[in-house]
Amino acid sequence: MTALRIENLCVRLGGRAVIEDLSLEVDTGEFLVLLGPSGCGKSTLLHTVAGLQESAAGRVLIDGVDRTWSDPAERNIGMVFQSYALYPTMTVEGNMSFGLRARGLAGAEVRARVQRVAELLQLGSLLGRRPAQLSGGQRQRVAIGRALVRDAGLFLLDEPLSNLDAGLRASLRRELKLLHQRIGATMIYVTHDQIEALTLATRLAVMQDGRIQQLGPPAEVYARPANRYVAGFIGSPGMNFLEGRFAQRGGALHFLASGLELDLSAHRLAGRPPAEGEAVVLGVRPEQLRLDGSPHARVQCEGRISLVEPLGGHEVVWFDCAGEMLAAVSHEARGFRVGDAVRFRIDAATVSLFSPGSGERR
Amino acid sequence: MNIVGRRRRPAWYADPARLGLLALLISAALCFLVPLYVMGLTSLKSMDDIRQGALLSIPAHPTLAAWRAAWTSACTGVACEGVSAGFWNSVLIVVPSTVIAVALGALNGYVLACWRARGAQLLFALLMLGAFLPLQVMIYPLVRLLAPFHLVGSLPGIVLVHVIFSMPIMTLLFRNYYAALPRELFLAARLDGAGFARIFLQLMLPMSLPMLAVAAIMQATGVWNDYLLGLVFAGREHLPMTVQLNNLVNTTTGTRLYNIDMAATILTALVPLAIYVLCGRWFVRGIAAGALKG
Repeated sequence: MTALRIENLCVRLGGRAVIEDLSLEVDTGEFLVLLGPSGCGKSTLLHTVAGLQESAAGRVLIDGVDRTWSDPAERNIGMVFQSYALYPTMTVEGNMSFGLRARGLAGAEVRARVQRVAELLQLGSLLGRRPAQLSGGQRQRVAIGRALVRDAGLFLLDEPLSNLDAGLRASLRRELKLLHQRIGATMIYVTHDQIEALTLATRLAVMQDGRIQQLGPPAEVYARPANRYVAGFIGSPGMNFLEGRFAQRGGALHFLASGLELDLSAHRLAGRPPAEGEAVVLGVRPEQLRLDGSPHARVQCEGRISLVEPLGGHEVVWFDCAGEMLAAVSHEARGFRVGDAVRFRIDAATVSLFSPGSGERR
Repeated sequence: MNIVGRRRRPAWYADPARLGLLALLISAALCFLVPLYVMGLTSLKSMDDIRQGALLSIPAHPTLAAWRAAWTSACTGVACEGVSAGFWNSVLIVVPSTVIAVALGALNGYVLACWRARGAQLLFALLMLGAFLPLQVMIYPLVRLLAPFHLVGSLPGIVLVHVIFSMPIMTLLFRNYYAALPRELFLAARLDGAGFARIFLQLMLPMSLPMLAVAAIMQATGVWNDYLLGLVFAGREHLPMTVQLNNLVNTTTGTRLYNIDMAATILTALVPLAIYVLCGRWFVRGIAAGALKG
């Protein structure tokens, strides 16, 4: 079932088009993450869905009803703001019950609902406190509780973890995922953090300049990025890019760059068949770039290591290959040292190819 | 190891800069306090004492007779009932003028800052223009305007006039205060389904306690100290204390009773003084409130 349907939405802020002709469908129970850099329109999109921002064109349908011009209160939406926006003069209990009281629910029903959500989020002992007396993580949970208590059909979360320190962010991220698994509500989550996006999403939308660049399960967005922008935005360290051209060698399609030759017969090409000598950009994730010293390896390029970043369980090795800085992730401690010569191989089935002009996937 | 020439800071009495500062502050304080001192002493003297002419001397036989007379029996024009009647008139004027003005100012500020209606900016600019126009040019038109409604020379009339003239500054105070609050609070309340009144009464007003205090202090002292509007609009029945004080001081039958004049003046000044002493803390807090994150 479709919980949210956005049709050809345009939003202008101060005369500037922030969102242009955007269409999107979100199914019930989905956890959709909108990922993009600041200013890409992801928060604006969320505010437009909530009715806090007027659209210039297009329609917003929530649970099948056209809500484009509805008041925020009528949309049955629970929202968690980046700043939490807890009411400072009210207790936790008051914050959570405010929306219920505003909707004229009976006192007993209000208490029961607040109690239920408080138990779910382990807020029971904090109900009498004011926001100023809570830690960052507790405030965040109260903000989620305030959205949950209304039994909304759709939950919008606007960078809810970005004000927390790293450790807390990771643990609340897991709590949020568990919560979604438990209650199965439809959630739309805005973030610029790719770790949050990849871990939380059941479907991921990467946005840039008010447009959705790619929409799909996070694993697919990661493995088969639709264009060079998406490829570069997701992954840390970022994808390696090598400029080269297509060439036929012995009946098989090859990628050729200075000092590198890669058989592409295992690669599924998108779009039209390539022309001989056509320019192309090869994208390889650092973990798909195997550093290999053994003589049996299919050696394609030789380079010298310029930097080693040890990360405990694995290390990132930076080396140069035909004038390009490339990163490779190595999971075995092999004692790489700066200045060493390395050889690597690439599994052609896992690489991405982009056309240099449009950046689209080939 | 005295690399940067670290020396012990001289004691305050050995530091010329600090001594100079202290001298300046003390002389400034004296400028303000000496008149008060003279007034206080004179009000405690008998007329015989005053005729000695020593302005700064301690009264030989301190007496509260002048205070009693100023409060109950000094002549303010034809009537000789002291300034007590004026005191109660002022209270009757100040209380509603403050409560209504602060409430309306908060409401105006809330609408302008949160709801952002079409034309709100223009409306606000016009209101601010009102704050810069001198009061005097509006008095005569206002008298003509209010006369048909029998509001000139009545208690509701003077309260209305005070409320009208306070609107620009009250609105400005609250608009700026609400505009400085995170907008997401307002949006969250809208999503929670709260309407215009509920957001104002349950969310915005409780958050604006410091500003309510500041606005109330400003308005109460302003109205209490008003002379001109009270003289024109209050009518003979409700002349405020300031007007009665003027009448008392300017009523000359025989010798000028300096001790009673002084006592009556201090009595009149006592209310704003008490407000500042008791609420000054709030005043500073309210003014600084915008600088801090809630």
